[in-house]
Amino acid sequence: MPQVTLTVNGKQHTVTVEGRTLLVELLREKIGLTGTHVGCDTSQCGACVVHVNGVSAKSCTMLAMQADGANVTTIEGLAAADGTLHPMQEMFREHHALQCGFCTPGMVMSAIDLVNSHPQGLTEKEIREGLEGNLCRCTGYHNIVKAIAAAAPLMHAK
Amino acid sequence: MYDFNYEKPASLAAAVATLTGDADAKALAGGMTYIPVLKMRLAKPSAIVDLSAAGLSGITVTASSVTIGAMTTHDTVAKNAQVRAAIPALAALAGGIGDEAVRHRGTIGGSLANNDPAACYPSAVLALGATIKTNKRSIAADDYFQGMFTTALEDGELIVSVEFPIPQKAAYEKFRNPASRYAIVGVFVAKFANGARVAVTGASQGGVFRHEGMEKALSANFSPDATAGVTTDTDNMNQDIHASAEYRAHLVGVVTKRAVAKA
Ligand SMILES: Cc1cc2nc3c(=O)[nH]c(=O)nc-3n(C[C@H](O)[C@H](O)[C@H](O)COP(=O)(O)OP(=O)(O)OC[C@H]3O[C@@H](n4cnc5c(N)ncnc54)[C@H](O)[C@@H]3O)c2cc1C
Ligand code: FES
Ligand code: FES
Repeated sequence: MPQVTLTVNGKQHTVTVEGRTLLVELLREKIGLTGTHVGCDTSQCGACVVHVNGVSAKSCTMLAMQADGANVTTIEGLAAADGTLHPMQEMFREHHALQCGFCTPGMVMSAIDLVNSHPQGLTEKEIREGLEGNLCRCTGYHNIVKAIAAAAPLMHAK
Repeated sequence: MYDFNYEKPASLAAAVATLTGDADAKALAGGMTYIPVLKMRLAKPSAIVDLSAAGLSGITVTASSVTIGAMTTHDTVAKNAQVRAAIPALAALAGGIGDEAVRHRGTIGGSLANNDPAACYPSAVLALGATIKTNKRSIAADDYFQGMFTTALEDGELIVSVEFPIPQKAAYEKFRNPASRYAIVGVFVAKFANGARVAVTGASQGGVFRHEGMEKALSANFSPDATAGVTTDTDNMNQDIHASAEYRAHLVGVVTKRAVAKA
């Protein structure tokens, strides 16, 4: 069986998988990082979004083997070692941008990618369009948009 | 998903050798279409040949053409400054495919090999009269698309790059399905010195097609008003829960007019 070696949240792992093992299965079932969720399993909802080499990817639509050699960041990798939340997480809390929380890990990972790719700042329209690949069944999105707008300057100030 | 061997050849030649040596082996690009197909157990390949290390990505722009490597992602095309300057409509099209996470992985080669009847890129390839370069030959866009999910590619033949001539003006307009973001009707219009080309995606049962009536009208006068009165035959239009054949035929006119206004 093939082996995959990758870095997840700064830590290197070498894991035996099957050719068909998905990246999200590797993360959740082999490495035990269950913060990354599977919502639709059909590439639509974005609950499974992680960063692969610094940019967002749907981990339900990627083979574990495609991540060989990659640097992966999941929701568990955002907070500092002392528990200080990432500014995006902090703003999600501050602006009540979650209800059940199921979509939240993917929302936060997509939101950070969105802010990173817009160093010049983001309009509300750009935030709404940038969340196209993430579905939330609870919040109605308004507070998520507010949280991202509030987190963007904090992230760029760092 | 059925299990398979995973391979990642380090060159195009090695990828072709694996695919031709095993009729049940299948190429994998961004996986945005093929991994969902595997998950639904609609395919049972013996091996997956990941093209990501085969050296097929990259963009070259000259005074007259834009050439995009098969493994170049939608996000890379959308953000490339040279493509944005040479054929802004092409960069905008790539930036409107799916969502950002999909654009980070999905590729032009995968989209064209798949030839989904609602995909965006086929309309640009056909309207711009691009050339598909494979490991064996060059295929003109007019010969490449052969009906929904069907292309001129032979078994084991791989797209290497796509060369687009630079038009005087062009635009892509998509009336999209709000859930999937695929085109219910998408129209790419291009104006060249010798006339206009118009390709329609999403609308027809036969996949992407050139609209002769619109091309004639726009070659005579490349302006939004020139599209008035040009009709679209409902016979071959797609009909599904999203839109009836009549509605799609009507949309072709509306969307073409918008595309010309934008160009
Ligand atoms: C949520 C979502 C929304 C989307 N929305 C849109 C949209 O709005 N518009 C749109 O156009 N598309 C859309 N797509 C599809 C997306 O553009 C895909 O990236 C694309 O259709 C397939 O490209 P891929 O690189 O992922 O190919 P893959 O899925 O890896 O491969 C697709 C097929 O092409 C073959 N193949 C791949 N590369 C080559 C090559 N170089 N030579 C020969 N054969 C090859 C494979 O064997 C396979 O059969 C969407 C997808 C998703 C998941
Ligand atoms: S679980 Fe991956 S997109 Fe929904
Ligand atoms: S908070 Fe429940 S799905 Fe988004």
